[in-house]
Order: sequence, then structure tokens, then C-alpha cells
Amino acid sequence: MREPAPWHVRRGWIAARLGLVALLVAPFVLTALDRGYLLPVMTRMLAYGLAAAALDFVLGYGGLVSFGHGAFLGTGAYVTGVLLHHAGQRTPVLRWPVEIGGSADALVAFPAAAITAGALAFLIGAVSLRTRGVHFIMITLAFAQMVYFLVLAIPEYGGTDGLMLPARNNLLDLPLDGDQPIYWLALALLVGFLLVARRVMEARFGLALRGARQNERRMLALGYPVYRIRLLAFTISGAAAGVAGAVLANQAAFVSPDLLSWQRSGELIMMVILGGQGTLFGPVLGAFALLLLEEELSAVTEHWMLVLGPILLLCVLFFRRGLWGQVSGAPAHG
Amino acid sequence: MAEPLLRAERLSKRFGALAAVADVSLDLVTGECHAVIGPNGAGKSTLLALLAGEIMPDSGSVVFDGDDVTRARPSRRALAGLGRTFQITQLCREFSARRNVMLAVQSRVGTPFHFLRRADSLATLAARADAALVTAGLAERAQVPAGLLSHGEQRQLELAVAMAMRPRALLLDEPTAGLGPAETAEMAARLAALKGRVAMLLVEHDMDTVFRLADRITVLAEGRVIASGAPEMIRADTAVREAYLGEVVDA
Repeated sequence: MREPAPWHVRRGWIAARLGLVALLVAPFVLTALDRGYLLPVMTRMLAYGLAAAALDFVLGYGGLVSFGHGAFLGTGAYVTGVLLHHAGQRTPVLRWPVEIGGSADALVAFPAAAITAGALAFLIGAVSLRTRGVHFIMITLAFAQMVYFLVLAIPEYGGTDGLMLPARNNLLDLPLDGDQPIYWLALALLVGFLLVARRVMEARFGLALRGARQNERRMLALGYPVYRIRLLAFTISGAAAGVAGAVLANQAAFVSPDLLSWQRSGELIMMVILGGQGTLFGPVLGAFALLLLEEELSAVTEHWMLVLGPILLLCVLFFRRGLWGQVSGAPAHG
Repeated sequence: MAEPLLRAERLSKRFGALAAVADVSLDLVTGECHAVIGPNGAGKSTLLALLAGEIMPDSGSVVFDGDDVTRARPSRRALAGLGRTFQITQLCREFSARRNVMLAVQSRVGTPFHFLRRADSLATLAARADAALVTAGLAERAQVPAGLLSHGEQRQLELAVAMAMRPRALLLDEPTAGLGPAETAEMAARLAALKGRVAMLLVEHDMDTVFRLADRITVLAEGRVIASGAPEMIRADTAVREAYLGEVVDA
């Protein structure tokens, strides 16, 4: 017997479908309105939406407030960028112990971004997940800062200036040129991640992860390997954030160390909280809302942070369950 | 006597200057109910935490089902068949009562590393979960989030969750804590119905419940065992009467 879906769940699905339809028609509407130059902005929003949803996977469902997800986002971007850089220069990425060449193929770059960011998340998680609460926040932040300074220390990849990319990736021998292909790729990756992640959260793995957030002691007493469950969730989350980074690198044809910074990690947390943690769709909405606010406010005033702060504050105070809670009328967890 | 299912050998645990548990040995035989009583601060809850693996002893050993589990994590002991209820209810408060039981039913079947199949759709396990809810008298309340159940219902659910993982031994930390007289009687009846199906190590303050259920009683005071034996013997023991029962019996 399945538990019947309550009204807010159905309302949430309706809202999610409407959102998807809006995103599907957006490129055509924007072109028709002669606003095609906004499409790259939307691609960026989709990529951040993916990164925020990836963070929600562990933050909202696992209760693990990672302050280091910028490192995974940036790692994905740099892996993509470095592969493209060396492909352009026709030099190997690595000579020893095995020779790895550059690549402009998206089918190489995106999995490589996911695997590298996932492996980094595994290593960082393996240490961080032995701590709880504030210590976990601090240790993930510390690791992310290490990655940040490590990347800055490699002069070949531009240091603080970042890395200009010679081209975008190719997908099945077609270059991802123009604004539309990369938009569709970003949308497909986001929708794919959301569908799989929603499913996972109703499967045994997801229930165990959510149960451990609500009551770790009980889950241990029931025999659940809480540490291993969290470590795997953290790894998956890091890998997905890495894919988001690969999208960003392609969209901008540029990789900035800024992506690895703690400010970026903080923004991702803001997107999750603003949108509604533990909902997956909410953080995507949060990413759109936050980037839109940044975009609009920075056009009006250079002191836009002064305006953004109070707006976020009011959102958190009055929409306890985030923007998605307002849309679906749902409790954030259940 | 047969080889005990659970055996603690000279367990000791200090917290700073306080010897919470000092040199405690006891065992639990298959199917019996062994009660541990003692005044507040006697070390009963610490003893259960040591047996469950939540804290590590300074010295001594714990053997479960022939295996030395002294250093084993709580989750490993649980998978070996050692269940546990807590003095303060430990449930996943946002999950429904049914989902709490489902988590327990699933814990010892396969691994939690399944990613795509809906957990609620596993028919045999769902049937077991529903049966456990009926036994606990919570069938009507199955879809209510555990955190919204009444205190009495939460205590029943706590027991149902512990039993749903089909343990061979159950550590019960004051199952009647915070319950009124009628609810206490109901809980005692439910525990009596479990007797023989699972070995119970019962920490309890309510003496009616203890003497109704226990086959053996061990009395702790200031972290030490001051008496252990059949209920009639404990009732008659003068040291016990002085240390603990005296207040109750003479009142």
C-alpha cells in the first residue's frame, strides 16, 4: 500500500510541471521578443539551480550544512576548463604516472567533472562527516578554502585571473555553439537530476538519509550505517555540483577561481534556504530568485547588497518553508 | 543454564570522578525477562548504553550471541539482533508512524543502498509493518507523523519500532516513563505478551511492572550490583530494602 499523496504534494508537482513548461518555451519566447541575449543568464540560473538542488540533497534531506559546495562547483568547472585548455594547446593534462590528454568532448568533460568533484567530495566527506553541527560547517569551509588556494597556486591555469577557454565542448561532434544548445543541455541535466533525486528520496537510501537527519540515534539503534549513507549522499551531491560547474564553464567560456570561493558556497546555501530546504524544486526556485535579484538590483545601484540583505531576511522570516513552501503550500519535510 | 544470549563481564565506566558503572556483570538468557532496578543515578541507563554500544566501557567486555562485541558500533550490534528502546522516545518525528516502523522492518533485510525503488512498495515488508502497528494499537494512527502522536502513543510506537526489526534481545529503558496508570498497565500487558518471544533486559522504575514481568532481578546502587536473583529473593533482601525498595515498601 502506498501512502496517498497529500494535496500539497500534488500541488507541488503541478507547480513543477508549469515551471518546466515555462523553461521549455523560454528560448522561443525570448527570441520572439528580441530578448535572446537573456538566454545565457537563464543557462546560468539553470546551472546554479542544479548546484543548489545538489546541495539540498545533503543539506535539506541529510541535515548536513555543507559550507564547501563551491569547491565542488569550481572543481567541475576547472576540470572542464583544463581539459578544453589543453585540447586547445594540444598538450597533455598529465604526463605522469599516466598520460592524460586534453579533450573538447562533452562526453569526456562532463563525466570527468562529475567524477573528480565526486571524488573530492568523498575525501572531504570522509573526514568532515565524523563531526557534527558547527564543526561540520567549519571543516567543510576549511577544505573548500584549501582547494581554492590550491587552484590559485597553479599559474598555468591563470591564478586569480581565471582561465579563458578557447572554445566550448563538443557534443557528439557538434560544437555547443550559440546560446541554445548549452541552454538545452543545462535544462536536461537539471531535470534529470531532479527526477532521479526525488525518486531516491522515496527509496530506501533516501529514507535512511532523511531518517538519520531526524534521529541519528534511532537509526543507529536500528542498525543503519549512518556514516556510510551520509558519505555516499555527500559524494553524489558533490558530483552533481561538479556537473553544474561544467555547465557554467561552457556557458561563460571562462573559469574563474571565484567559483571555488566561500562566497559561492554561501550563495548556494542561501539559494537552498530561500527556496525551501528538503524540497529539491525549492532550491532551484531559490537559485532563480537570488540570481534575478542580484541581476536587477546591481543594475539599479552598486550598493545592491544593502537591498538584497533585507529582502533575504524578510523571506526567511515570513516564508519559513521557503519560496517553494509558498508555491506548494507544503511543509518542507514529511 | 544454557549459554546466555547477552553477557556483560565486569563492565566499568567512569565519567570524570563519577564511577557510573563499576564492575557490573550480568547476563540475559534466551526468552527471559531480566529486570534491572535501582535508585536514580544508579547507572542503569549507562549500563544499557554500554550494552548497546553507544558508549565504550573503560574495562570489561560484552558478549552477544557468542561474539565479543565490546568494541562494536551500535549499528553492528543492532544488525546482529540487539534491539533497544530509549527512556526518552527516539523516533523520526517527521515520518509517519508507519514509516518509522517500515524503517525498522527494512533495517535487517538487505541493505539500505537501494536508490530507485519506492521503499513503501515492498509488499512483504509493508505487511510486516502493518502487523506491527496493529499489535501496538496504532493501526488507526499509521499515517500521523510520529511527532504529532500523544506521549502514550509515542511510547507504544517506540516499542513497536524496536520489535519490528525482529531482535533476539531487547534492551528496554523505562518503557513506562511518563505514562499514566492506565497507560502503564497497557504497556505492561504489551510487554507481557512479548515474553518468551524475545529476551528482555528491562530497566524500570514501576515496581508493579517489574514484579509482573521479571524472571530475574538485578539491583544496582551507585554503579554496583548489590543483589541479583529471583523476584521473591530480591523482595526479601534487606540490603535492597534499605537501598531502594524500602522507600517504596514502607510508604
